[in-house]
Amino acid sequence: MANITVLDFEKPIIELEKRIEELKIFAKERNLDLSDEINNLQTRAEKLRRDIYSNLSSWQRIQLVRHPQRPTALELIDLIFDDFFELHGDRLAGDDEALVGGIALLNGEPVTVIAPQKGRDTKENLERNFGLPHPEGYRKAIRLMKQAEKFNRPVITLVDVVGAYPGIAAEERGQGPAIAEAITVMGALKVPTIAVITGEGGSGGALALAVGNRVLMLENAYYSVISPESASIILYRTDSHAQEAAEALKIGSRDLLDMQIIDEIIPEPLGGAHRNPEAMGRLLKESLERNLAILRGLAPDELVSARYERFLAFGKVADLS
Amino acid sequence: MSVFKDLFRSKPKYVTVRPHKQGDKSEKKEIPGGLWVKCDKCGNILYSKDLDKSLSVCPKCGFHFVIEAKERIAQLIDPGSFEEMDANIQTQDPLGFPDYLQKLYKYQEETSMKDAAITGKGHISGQPVIISVIDFNFMRGSMNTVVGEKIVRAFDRASKEKLPVIVVSGGGGGARMQEGVLSLMQMARTCQAVERHQRNGLLYIAVLTQATMGGVYASFASQADIILAEPGALIGFAGPRIIEQTMKQSLPEGFQTAEYVYKHGHIDRIVARPWLKETLAHLLDWHGR
Repeated sequence: MANITVLDFEKPIIELEKRIEELKIFAKERNLDLSDEINNLQTRAEKLRRDIYSNLSSWQRIQLVRHPQRPTALELIDLIFDDFFELHGDRLAGDDEALVGGIALLNGEPVTVIAPQKGRDTKENLERNFGLPHPEGYRKAIRLMKQAEKFNRPVITLVDVVGAYPGIAAEERGQGPAIAEAITVMGALKVPTIAVITGEGGSGGALALAVGNRVLMLENAYYSVISPESASIILYRTDSHAQEAAEALKIGSRDLLDMQIIDEIIPEPLGGAHRNPEAMGRLLKESLERNLAILRGLAPDELVSARYERFLAFGKVADLS
Repeated sequence: MSVFKDLFRSKPKYVTVRPHKQGDKSEKKEIPGGLWVKCDKCGNILYSKDLDKSLSVCPKCGFHFVIEAKERIAQLIDPGSFEEMDANIQTQDPLGFPDYLQKLYKYQEETSMKDAAITGKGHISGQPVIISVIDFNFMRGSMNTVVGEKIVRAFDRASKEKLPVIVVSGGGGGARMQEGVLSLMQMARTCQAVERHQRNGLLYIAVLTQATMGGVYASFASQADIILAEPGALIGFAGPRIIEQTMKQSLPEGFQTAEYVYKHGHIDRIVARPWLKETLAHLLDWHGR
């Protein structure tokens, strides 16, 4: 666990851990029995960890999902699936490296996996355009969804995307229509669809990949119509109120489960997915298998109408007449 | 040296286009007394009654003023044939968002609408249609649960009664922040409703007007069989300011205008307002044969 970037609110834990380490070395050097003191401190550290990580604010959770070492889509794919064969290109203009897709095996069963891909460092992020897809990315996703339908493969999306890329070329090549098309196509697929919001669920760029029969969410992830920073700018004309905006927008997994926007929260290892990627992979895999088993029992038309009903429910309004 | 300097000093390729701030740019600016209106594009002072006659298009320069949903319906739908649907549905403020309801009630009072869309059934040159118009004056035409629900109900009714749908989008058209992720969900719901309608072999025509952006453009507005746009309308996904900030580059001239988007192949035709009803009537007739 060395070299993990420490977030501000984690500092008390890290400091305590450091003191324990120092005490252990000291005891060894001086040949002293300090095990009582060390045990005592370890109990305190454990309690502190639980206190801090089980009472995270929306804003602290956002820091966790933006953590530079948070497992990226390809890392999660590697941990969840037996094998992954990546497919490239939208067959129109190019291949968008900010969004990956292909065929994978989940416990030996073929599925189509689609996911925006962030980089792990600056070099990779430049190649991946910070995981912000262009229309080519969404059109590749559409192509792979239709292909999955043809071969009766379930579609699994892992969504960690700040948003669709805002750029001149992206607009010229139809960012809006590409997203609309992805939403429409995914909504009407005759195969099981499961979307997992694994990190940042940023607006239309995320929804384009999240019209699932089941929408799952990692514990610390967020899903929002607008970033808390932008909401703060609109509300307070400065981005310094992003924390309040994050609370008001109700973008965390608990709130979204209450509103039934998501169906299930997949717990993260204590301190976030990056503290134990293998455990994260296991938890994700278990949830995907369980949810897929439920959906495999539905006929193609039932999958379409169940998905339709699922989203139809988000139109609750008051009728004053 | 200066010779070379001049030689290499090329004219800038792009000029910066500031987005129309609808509030102060394209709305009709009435001069006290209400008799005269100043055109924001050419600056000419226009007689209000002349402007009404020209369907709120500047007679001097052709600038299309933003018009209210009611005025749009009056321009497109045969007199006496309009029957409004779902006029009394209102948001439940699903997030309990700070200060939202106060704001909403203020808009309701000002516009005498319950939210940002008017939907209904009516005739265009004798042909029955379901029409849905988004209004700028109500929270900048942003999409929330009510706008989404009205559009879904409009398409559902059209599917049932085997009618074409006309959507006039505009006013801004982002998702409404105050209803958070539920506003976002309207993108999925409206796309589903369009898809169902289209699966029945029914016609959907979208008319994109100033401004059709964000969540509206990236959902039902760009999913029509035929997409028309009014001259000069701003159409796109990301706002021009956001693009400028992200790319740290000025935008090409006319970026995201209907003409620009047309050139890039995303709309079928640009139709000036005086010909809009006639154009729709034509298309409806051909699809009704």
